[in-house]
Amino acid sequence: MSSWRRSFESISLSFGAILAGLLLFGIFCAAVGQNPFAVYGSIWKSAFGSWQTFQNTLIRAAPLMLTALCTALPARLGLVIIGNEGALVVGGLAAISIGLAMGTALPPVLSQIAMAIAGMIAGGLWIMAAGALKHYRAVNETISSLLLNYVAIALLNHLVGGPMRDPSSLNKPSTFPLSEAVMLGQIPGTRVHWGLLYGIVACAIAYFLIQRTTFGFAARTAGGNIRAARIAGLPVGQLTLTVCFLAGSCAGLAGMVEVAAIQGSANESLNVGYGYGGILVAFAARHNPLAAIFISLLVGGILASGGILQRAHNLPDATVLMFEGIVFLAVLYSDSLYGKIPWFKEKPLVVSPPSPPSSPGQEPVVIS
Amino acid sequence: MATEAALGWWGVPLAILAGTMRGGTPFLFVSLGECLTEKSGKINLGLEGTLLTGAMAAYGVSYLTGSPWVGVLAAGLAGAALGVIHGWLSQQFRVNDVAVGIAMIIFGSGVAFFFGKPFIQPKAAQLPTIDLGAWSGIPAVEAALQISPLFILGVILAPLMQWFFKSTRWGLFIRAVGDSPDAAKAMGVSIFKVRLLSVIAGSFLAGIGGASLSLYYPGLWTERISSGQGLMAVALVIFARWNPIQCLWASLLFGGAQALGPALQSVGLKEGYYLFNAAPYILTLMIMIFTCSPKRSLTGAPGALGTDT
Repeated sequence: MSSWRRSFESISLSFGAILAGLLLFGIFCAAVGQNPFAVYGSIWKSAFGSWQTFQNTLIRAAPLMLTALCTALPARLGLVIIGNEGALVVGGLAAISIGLAMGTALPPVLSQIAMAIAGMIAGGLWIMAAGALKHYRAVNETISSLLLNYVAIALLNHLVGGPMRDPSSLNKPSTFPLSEAVMLGQIPGTRVHWGLLYGIVACAIAYFLIQRTTFGFAARTAGGNIRAARIAGLPVGQLTLTVCFLAGSCAGLAGMVEVAAIQGSANESLNVGYGYGGILVAFAARHNPLAAIFISLLVGGILASGGILQRAHNLPDATVLMFEGIVFLAVLYSDSLYGKIPWFKEKPLVVSPPSPPSSPGQEPVVIS
Repeated sequence: MATEAALGWWGVPLAILAGTMRGGTPFLFVSLGECLTEKSGKINLGLEGTLLTGAMAAYGVSYLTGSPWVGVLAAGLAGAALGVIHGWLSQQFRVNDVAVGIAMIIFGSGVAFFFGKPFIQPKAAQLPTIDLGAWSGIPAVEAALQISPLFILGVILAPLMQWFFKSTRWGLFIRAVGDSPDAAKAMGVSIFKVRLLSVIAGSFLAGIGGASLSLYYPGLWTERISSGQGLMAVALVIFARWNPIQCLWASLLFGGAQALGPALQSVGLKEGYYLFNAAPYILTLMIMIFTCSPKRSLTGAPGALGTDT
């Protein structure tokens, strides 16, 4: 039933919300004594201004695409999972463990595949735990997945500070570094690593899976009405666990990408906010994996501009967080505008009869 | 906590006892705030951001004015300001309160870190403490039994809130709106206003919880001052079955669990320090696993909680 007007409505509401967020952020900048246009200019220049700087945006967008799926996939099932950061961290830890264990004995491609699979399994199991708690014990998945983030970070600190610590990393405890040979390379002609391709492919697969397969249809049915899904005989538990595993494996892969392409070892830089950024991307994309690719570019651009805001405008690094928060709130508000703007309305074919009053106290006042 | 090492292993239970009161204070305020909010039928996951903003506001204002109590008030007001955003936005058509909560965590931490940057270095005036350990003459015991007036305030507030829900007109309105919005509507109560005010009041309390972090224990302002306490408070309210008195006991339990890691470190048990730091999160998960059930809804849960009414 969706026509171009409806799709246009959802696209323009998303972009409108981001623009409104940008406007509010400008007002905020003006309030703290910065010229908002100069700030916009800096963000534009450092995020999309030239091919050189746009590559920075692409590098940051890659893990965002993957972590966004960690929220977007379960959302189609009606679950609000925000354990992105934790799944990324355990994925990174698993990847580095396998990467270090395999060393350089095997061809690099095999090592990379093994690291990716390890990261995906670890991240997948991590989020699947939240899904299992939801299904078997009715534990609120939002809270449990967020608590698992803190557990994952504690685990990271423990392993990096103790059992897996490289004694030569003094100021910033890290694991032993991966050898150069097994690191993920760069896409030829760019500074952007292959992780970007992982992100785009994962989003495309996720889109296909959710929109074009029976599995996706079953998941969306269960997300729409869980009781109807049960009555229709859908295996709700199995769906929940599978979707959560897939979601977590995407975030785990993001952890592998960060370890194998950027950091070269696991350290506390793994939790630099790709988790929260991914949640924002998922909501702004209305949990559509294809839209997530483009929103990731925008949010990646915001992250990439953090440095210049600090240097050129003397704004603290938390400015980026603030910006993300404002955009997120604007995006959520835009949801309430669905169907409220007359221009986007479908022309009704039949005039529906007035519905009876739903409850006492709500009767419409009839003026005769 | 170096002084506690002098007591040897006795330092561990002592530090945990101290932790129940020190670390329990922010839990207490945030959980009472969340309890008030959830009684009206809305969830506020964003109290983590509120806690951070409160901690920053308290520290900054205390530093600038020299009066910690003005700082506590500022923390409450800053929290209430965030509560206005949450209370208004989460009641818009088609807007989910959990999603708004996540956005408010990001926004609240952004506000706190943005404006808190200049206050990381300077030393702000701290809240006075009440020394219950003066009789002992042992410095470690004295240090452990320094009780904050905020803790006492929280302990008084819990039964007061219980009474408020049970025996006052306003308490009845909140319970009606949270349990059965239709009945509340029939009573002529504005659901929007009651929920907005409940969220604002709850956020005010959470802001004060933040003040207890920065002005009492640990008594400083850094970007890592809160590590999920605001969020654990949401789970804690479920554990406490939306009962303010039980929120008090649960807060003490969580405060004690949080003190486990540092206490063991102070007696020289350095192995697995970070893992012990995960104790409160694992405890929260365990508690949720044991108290929740897919077969029945929780006793004491407000009827309209988590529904779109």
